[in-house]
Amino acid sequence: MNWIVNNLPQVWQLTLQHLATSLPPIALSFVISVPIGWAANRFRWSRGFLLTVFALLYAVPSLPLFFVLPALIGTGLRDSVNVVIALTLYGVALMARSTADGLESVDPDIQLSATAMGFSGWTRFWRVELPLAGPVLLAGIRVVAVSTISLTTVGAVLGIPSLGILFTDGFQRGIVAEILTGIVVVIAIALLVDALLVQIGRLLMPWGRADATASTGRLDRRARRAAAA
Amino acid sequence: MFTTGRGRLVALGAVVVGAAIALSGCATSNPLATGAATPAGGTLIVGSQAYYSNEIVAEIYSQALENGGFKVDRQFKIGQREVYLPEIEAGKIDVFPEYIGSLDQALNKTAAGGVEDAVYKDLTSVLPKGLRVLKPAEAADQNSWTVTEAFAKKWKLTDIASLKNVTDPIIVGGNSELETRPYGPTALKSKYGITTAGFSAVEDSGGPLTVKALVDNKIQLANIYTADPNIKSNNLVALKDPDGLFFPDNIAPVVSKKVTDKAAAILDKVDAKLSQSDLVSLNSESVNDQKSADVIAKDWLTKNGLLK
Amino acid sequence: MNFFVEAIAWILDPRHYGGENGIDTRIVEHLVISFGVVLVAALIAVPLGYAIGHTGRGRAAAIALSGGIRALPTLGLLILIALGVGIGLTAPFIALVVLAIPSILAGAYSGFEAVDRRTIDAARSVGMTEWQVVGRVEVPLGLPLLIGGLRAASLQVIATATLADYVGGGGLGHFLFLGLKTNDYPQVLAGSFVVILLAIVSEILFGVIQRLVIPAGVSAGMSTNVRVRSPRSQAATG
Repeated sequence: MNWIVNNLPQVWQLTLQHLATSLPPIALSFVISVPIGWAANRFRWSRGFLLTVFALLYAVPSLPLFFVLPALIGTGLRDSVNVVIALTLYGVALMARSTADGLESVDPDIQLSATAMGFSGWTRFWRVELPLAGPVLLAGIRVVAVSTISLTTVGAVLGIPSLGILFTDGFQRGIVAEILTGIVVVIAIALLVDALLVQIGRLLMPWGRADATASTGRLDRRARRAAAA
Repeated sequence: MFTTGRGRLVALGAVVVGAAIALSGCATSNPLATGAATPAGGTLIVGSQAYYSNEIVAEIYSQALENGGFKVDRQFKIGQREVYLPEIEAGKIDVFPEYIGSLDQALNKTAAGGVEDAVYKDLTSVLPKGLRVLKPAEAADQNSWTVTEAFAKKWKLTDIASLKNVTDPIIVGGNSELETRPYGPTALKSKYGITTAGFSAVEDSGGPLTVKALVDNKIQLANIYTADPNIKSNNLVALKDPDGLFFPDNIAPVVSKKVTDKAAAILDKVDAKLSQSDLVSLNSESVNDQKSADVIAKDWLTKNGLLK
Repeated sequence: MNFFVEAIAWILDPRHYGGENGIDTRIVEHLVISFGVVLVAALIAVPLGYAIGHTGRGRAAAIALSGGIRALPTLGLLILIALGVGIGLTAPFIALVVLAIPSILAGAYSGFEAVDRRTIDAARSVGMTEWQVVGRVEVPLGLPLLIGGLRAASLQVIATATLADYVGGGGLGHFLFLGLKTNDYPQVLAGSFVVILLAIVSEILFGVIQRLVIPAGVSAGMSTNVRVRSPRSQAATG
């Protein structure tokens, strides 16, 4: 525990850097996945194609992506923009399916009623379908948030500052406390952000609790399934 | 229902988009991030490898420069040479602790090696324009072929060539790039006729895992840096290298044009005091006492009367 | 774009095959690690998930645990275990099993939960024992979701097994680390391509299996009701 006492400022600084590189991808993947999910849902033929392409993005090993991306987009190797873009790609890979599933879960009868009430396609999407897909979206973004915060550490292998630096540095110096600290802080941040998202969800969608366990409604089951993905 | 839903949705959208914009702005302009931006004139950027020992030396340089009245921007833990060398060449880093032999080999594929002076001379001739290498310290952290004491006794090993005595299969361990280095397993074969039985990549730069593998006899021959305190604490033997298979890797700062004579004089003074045993004990303070680089650096500078 | 051409050339170069460092050897290593990991993770997670799904107990704990594990950075875990057990396959194997468990666990219990309560009541009313309900109703009906969980786990494991070489565990990660450290972009890309290829093959295989395991009665029921719930969304879990 000697190590923690001696290095608290460094842990705090790395935590801030970790948040600065992991939070933007979480927000961006939410925003970007909306049009993709919409397209996958609106044009049936594109669904399989779109979702498979994005699912496969997730298979790209993160380490080389961090390294190859700068060569492709012309940024500096140490630029944190690389990591933000790479993590956003992974986030979208997970989130696109959740968004498509969420939009699909909206009862067709409700869509028909909305149309009957005079909603145009555009307003129906924003005011009926998207809010009703909320619980599934929330379940999806929670998975994205947690895995992004955890994945950010891999950049440390290339020297991009995050809590992962505690792993590589602790590895070289053989300091177990340093590695353990990194793991614990990463998990703590992830759980904190997760709890925050649940709170935001409660605030914005009082009509349905995403983590409801009693209901076996179709929407709810989908939310759970998205969480399982 | 739809009216309230709409209000909430707008709020949701605003929160998400706002957060995204705020945070991405935050990520690119984050003052802590090691971006490529050059701070205002008068500030020297000191870099370091992602290697704790190199970071300690960089911290010593930084504190000495600050003590001499210079402003310092620390950009430490920048991966390996392949990552940071282009940035030094582009003038984005002003001071970087380097190892003369390894740097020489990185810049000059046909470098001849030899003693410290010869390597230093060759290095100064191949350095990119605008860069200088200041005077090397006595302290060196060079590659070595290291075995356990028991293994050395069993096969009567003294220098690298004596590895020929070994009739059991030898598994080599080290960072993956060791396999392709000019002193790697292929050089053992071509130079000394020593055949190795396999290679285990362990990416801790001769750190505790490599040492453990050596002690556990999972590997028999490892590349461990000579200033590693693990050599002493684990009774390891770095085989002698009379033929200069490894280049002498004395520590010396690579500096840009922004480093004035006054700043260079400060760095020279530091390196004049940095002995081999100092480097080993600096590393030991980091690995065994788990002190942070700034504390270790300050103690050493104070002890050597380099802080005013 | 030139790197891509070079990477393809690197993969096709016959000199890069055979021996300890051959692409073929590394692929076999990678597949053996990945398959072994998913198998062990399934042996742990499936019975546990079934127990949770059948009894409905411990679900909250399982979700919390899965969330925690998902947040666990594999790199840190890998290094931590490696410092304890030394170089080789043991450390990456354990770390990857931990990584694979949440997806499989979720697939197993959500598969059971997705079964309509009325179906289970019907099974009981025709005189099935608890074990028969599990074996003849819940397991077959939950299979598509379980396979979905295995599919997600396999994808993650194949991509992450590249970290095994960080602690001397071999596999395709070797090309990535070696290429990274020696500034050999084509080799890094080539290694990545092979990993992605393995992932695609795994996705296709599981996609086919997922279709095959849907019980005949279920798929028949679905085709008459396609407007409400398309068969694809039923299968879509990955």
